[in-house]
Amino acid sequence: MALVLLWPALAGAQLRIEIVDGVEGAMPIAVAPFAWDSQTPAPEVGVNEIISANLRRSGLFDPMDADQMIDRPTRPPEVRFGTWRMLRVDHLVIGRVSDGPDGWGHEIEYHLLDVHTGRILLSQALAVSPGDLRFGAHRVSDAVYEALIGTPGAFATRIAYVVVHELGEENEYFELVVADADGFNPQAVVRNTQPILSPAWSPDGSRLAYVSFATGRSNIIIQDLYTGQNRVISEARGINGAPAWSPDGEQLAVALSRGGSPDIWLIDAEGRRQPRQLTHHWSINTEPAFSPDGRYIYFTSDRAGRPQVYRMDASGENVTRITFEGRYNSRPSMADNDRYLAVVHSDGDNDFRIAIHDRETERLRVLSDGRLDESPSFAPNGSMILYAARHDGRGVLAAVSADGRIRQRLVTSEGDVREPAWSPIIR
Amino acid sequence: MKTAMRFMALVLLAALVAACAREVTPEPAPPEPTPPPERERPVETDRLDPRDFTDVRNLDNPDSLLNQRVIYFEFDRSNVRAEFRPIIEAHAAYLQANSSARVILEGHTDERGSREYNLGLGERRGNSVQELLGAHGVSSRQIEVVSYGEERPVCRASNEDCWQRNRRTEIVYTAR
Repeated sequence: MALVLLWPALAGAQLRIEIVDGVEGAMPIAVAPFAWDSQTPAPEVGVNEIISANLRRSGLFDPMDADQMIDRPTRPPEVRFGTWRMLRVDHLVIGRVSDGPDGWGHEIEYHLLDVHTGRILLSQALAVSPGDLRFGAHRVSDAVYEALIGTPGAFATRIAYVVVHELGEENEYFELVVADADGFNPQAVVRNTQPILSPAWSPDGSRLAYVSFATGRSNIIIQDLYTGQNRVISEARGINGAPAWSPDGEQLAVALSRGGSPDIWLIDAEGRRQPRQLTHHWSINTEPAFSPDGRYIYFTSDRAGRPQVYRMDASGENVTRITFEGRYNSRPSMADNDRYLAVVHSDGDNDFRIAIHDRETERLRVLSDGRLDESPSFAPNGSMILYAARHDGRGVLAAVSADGRIRQRLVTSEGDVREPAWSPIIR
Repeated sequence: MKTAMRFMALVLLAALVAACAREVTPEPAPPEPTPPPERERPVETDRLDPRDFTDVRNLDNPDSLLNQRVIYFEFDRSNVRAEFRPIIEAHAAYLQANSSARVILEGHTDERGSREYNLGLGERRGNSVQELLGAHGVSSRQIEVVSYGEERPVCRASNEDCWQRNRRTEIVYTAR
């Protein structure tokens, strides 16, 4: 589970997530401190604190501070429901951490209780590898979220992003970073003085495809996050850009300009088959994104004069225009529900915002309020859209819920942050 | 004849460089300057002609169009404006006269809009310059277009002033 052969990210590359807007009437919940039944020293930040922070960040919960808890049960029989009703919480999470079998890693036992009915909603034990306690806490958060909200959580996930550090007047340092979804544990995957962009997660979360200018020209590289191996998978003359994995992880749709202008091509992830050209048009055709079932590819094209989003069969046939509202719609990102398409949208030339195109109603809704918002990426559960924005002259990341009610800002202490990509659920 | 003139010019340039070098030495100048040598031609023909676009020295001559290597574009456009055509024509003349010279045309955009789309737009700007060079007889073997999109701005503020400086194609000589 742990990432190997990566460097810790440069100082200042760690994201801190701030809530800008939450929902009215977020659910009151208490996550009591977990008992520590282990021979190993207890971590500085408790499992309960990680779970509380996750739930709070979702904008849907209002977790109680641990120092306001007058009771600290760790097993269901110890719970005095009256006390928690008096404290006005609806749900309670309790548990304990013990050593794993043969002393390898840990086991997290946890229970979710309905304070009003006294019922136990969840009772589970989870084995985690050594060093993966935080990730275990994210999985508990996912289970609690799913039990109470009805859709899977996306806490046990990672995000990839690019940090640009300035080195003096002229030079820059590009760093491709992978961190846990809560911003912790940032690891640099690649560093270079030349631009890095468009990271894309493989469907199993084990590899990242990205665009590198390390040779002075654009190339597409696949980096394995567990073995540390990397391989150039496209270095044709002209642009090699915009990698997007097929849902089965076997192919990537990419933009290549070997024909003189960018077209969408399909290339084999292992390099076994010849690249196949899907679009044949003199315009710019780029930013492909597969539908979750792999049947369609959404992409950006300016064949009608300005960039708009189109869809075609994965074979390249039946190209149809999807977006009509606004002068500029590009960079589609598809939610797993196959209904929402996040895009970069503009009505004029100056304000570029994140919008959602609803495939059912065919309507477009603007979600962000920046001037240079770009690179939308859906959380694997479709709850939030992560994107890049500019704030006080710096590149930052931001997230907005698909209904626009919850807003977060993800800030680093230094550097320009951009090109976020949310991983699939990591199992 | 042309070669001979160029050789003369080089000799004179070398003499000039030597003279300059002598000036900066702490040694006092000789009291009596040597009289200027007899001239066979008027001065003008000995000097570097900034309009001689076949001459490698004009690549570094601030008075020559060959020294200008950035073509600017309108927002979301890739057509070369009339005012930049003479620069491209000058480089076309140089590349034709010097068949071993090579250029990379770096296409760039401002920061607005999505990055991968901007890679396409930057390439289009590089291609426009390439087409003009080609129309003036430059071999495609001498030219490569590389788009950086919005990844390599020369100016970082988010305003039109910066944006217009970033929307550009840079003519970069990899061999002269």
